[in-house]
Amino acid sequence: MFGAKGTGDTSGYSGLVAKVATAGSSERPYGGYFDEVTDNLERAYPEFSDAIERVVIDRGELTLHIKAEKLVEVAFVLRDVLKFEMCMGVNGVHYPEQTGRELHAVYLLLSMTKNQRIRLEVSVADSHPHIPSVVEVWAGNNWHEREVFDMFGIIFDGHPGLTRILMPDDWKGHPQRKDYALGGIPVEYKGATTPPPSERRSYK
Amino acid sequence: MTTFDPYAPSRETTEGKVFSVTGGDWDSLVQEIGATKEERVVVNMGPQHPSTHGVLRLVLELEGETITEVRCGIGYLHTGIEKNIEFRNWTQGTTFVTRMDYLSPLHNETAYCLAVEKLLGITNDVPERASVIRVMMMELNRISSHMVALGTGALELGAMGPMFFAFRDRETVLEIFEMITGLRMNMAYVRPGGVQQDLPDGAYTKIREGVKLMRKNFKDNATLLIGNSIWMKRTQGIGYLDLAGCTTLGITGPVLRSTGMPWDLRKVQPYCGYENYNFDVVTADTCDVYGRFLIRMNELEQSLRIIEQCVDKLEKLHGAPVMVADKKIAWPAQLALGGDGLGNSLDHIREIMGTSMESLIHHFKLVTEGFRVPAGQAYAAIESPRGELGASIVSDGGTRPYRVHFREPSFNNLQATPAMSEGGMVADIVAAVASIDPVMGGVDR
Repeated sequence: MFGAKGTGDTSGYSGLVAKVATAGSSERPYGGYFDEVTDNLERAYPEFSDAIERVVIDRGELTLHIKAEKLVEVAFVLRDVLKFEMCMGVNGVHYPEQTGRELHAVYLLLSMTKNQRIRLEVSVADSHPHIPSVVEVWAGNNWHEREVFDMFGIIFDGHPGLTRILMPDDWKGHPQRKDYALGGIPVEYKGATTPPPSERRSYK
Repeated sequence: MTTFDPYAPSRETTEGKVFSVTGGDWDSLVQEIGATKEERVVVNMGPQHPSTHGVLRLVLELEGETITEVRCGIGYLHTGIEKNIEFRNWTQGTTFVTRMDYLSPLHNETAYCLAVEKLLGITNDVPERASVIRVMMMELNRISSHMVALGTGALELGAMGPMFFAFRDRETVLEIFEMITGLRMNMAYVRPGGVQQDLPDGAYTKIREGVKLMRKNFKDNATLLIGNSIWMKRTQGIGYLDLAGCTTLGITGPVLRSTGMPWDLRKVQPYCGYENYNFDVVTADTCDVYGRFLIRMNELEQSLRIIEQCVDKLEKLHGAPVMVADKKIAWPAQLALGGDGLGNSLDHIREIMGTSMESLIHHFKLVTEGFRVPAGQAYAAIESPRGELGASIVSDGGTRPYRVHFREPSFNNLQATPAMSEGGMVADIVAAVASIDPVMGGVDR
């Protein structure tokens, strides 16, 4: 009833851990303006099938999974031909169980001309976390890429000054990664002790 | 320097001579600087500076009084909210996001909840009354946020009067917030699926009176500032940023609208039913601080218009639900205001403790464990007082968010500081930053 699987033990102590299920590739027709966007991109960028790994339509949003090395080329086409003139920034997501593509960078693009939004997703291995920077395409991505570097350790090659932005310069580690502990100390109140949030029972 | 000066000690570094000014004995500092041959002076402004709009640090490179280079230093208010949310359930997330941009808490909550609702697939199931309340609260919040922007912006330029008027009018809004949610800020009032509780008795009257009062009071600041020659000299042609600059830097909100671009997500990509309200998108074509000031002034009136329409709608929808019907998502307890503050309603306590075992189990499961959100990612963007506020949320199918990222307009727009102020005077950077209206709680999260 509440989504428990297996034994149905929801006490939180059976160590049930859910795997992240990412949406699979979508089939045409995509619906809405998504067909138009992908068609136009295919026309304007002949290497489409080589650069775009997957096209995903999920919850009314279009996501293009792009190979890291092709990102800047595609970004220029998207900006100049498809009129995605604004980049709403990039944010990282860490999927430790996706071996070989643990770190994802998610770019949100906006076209004011056509009133459309799409999402680009680039995934790289933790062992080689390099993605080319798109600051030369959208200058406003400067701080966003610095934040993703700060929080996830993704290195944006070609960034004009890739330094930490929120954490102190001499900080060790990248706080938003899943292998970085939340920290915290137990709090005692009237004799009872509450453990820090990361050590309380989990209902995964 | 022959004797040690406790107010302006200096030391040699690899970058050149560095002076630490701690006391304000400017004479000795000027003497010292006069002795060096270098014209270029690097000044550290902030993070604890009264006119940097919060804990913003600006590193200014000066030639005389002209700024040749600016760098922003941020992160002094980083609290790890995005990391913390990953260890709480979906409902508790609202309590965290509301503290990001502390001047527009209701916008943060709504953006978060819209994204969670998108993931749950219940966007169309949110009751109309809940959406209308959200819109009304967001517009009230826009007024209170613009009031701080105008008041502190004017104060930073040396105008004391507008600040008093602005904070007086903001108080009207905060009193309405306190009546409806119990809190003046950080309310966690908007929840996935609707809002926390319905409006209390007498809310319609209080809001109507508040709107009437504010409409009258807003004239004070307009009379003081619009057309004021000192104010115009400090703001006109200052902090110039045109449409091309805004586009490449991803700038949205009043700064973008000051270039004449009528881009307002409430109109172009409506959410929460904004398409059902009559209001105008305010623009200016001057690309400067004065234009942004006028936009904020005029948006106040547009917000009042929307609030009036909301109250009309709410009176028609009186008694309608404010939370989704799905009992697997809706917070089980109906909250009620008791003598000792807001808490579970006595009716609900009677039901779970006295009459229904199933209700008790349901309450316990949903409150301690929370609901599950199907795996996937969603992005919901709304027009906050500062521009596009977007919530990027990833779920792994569990009871806690897998990743929550806020695309904060303050964070993004602050990047425009060098473009707006390099080549200008030191005094003008204060006006330029104030016109961006960054809220450091949102910048650093």
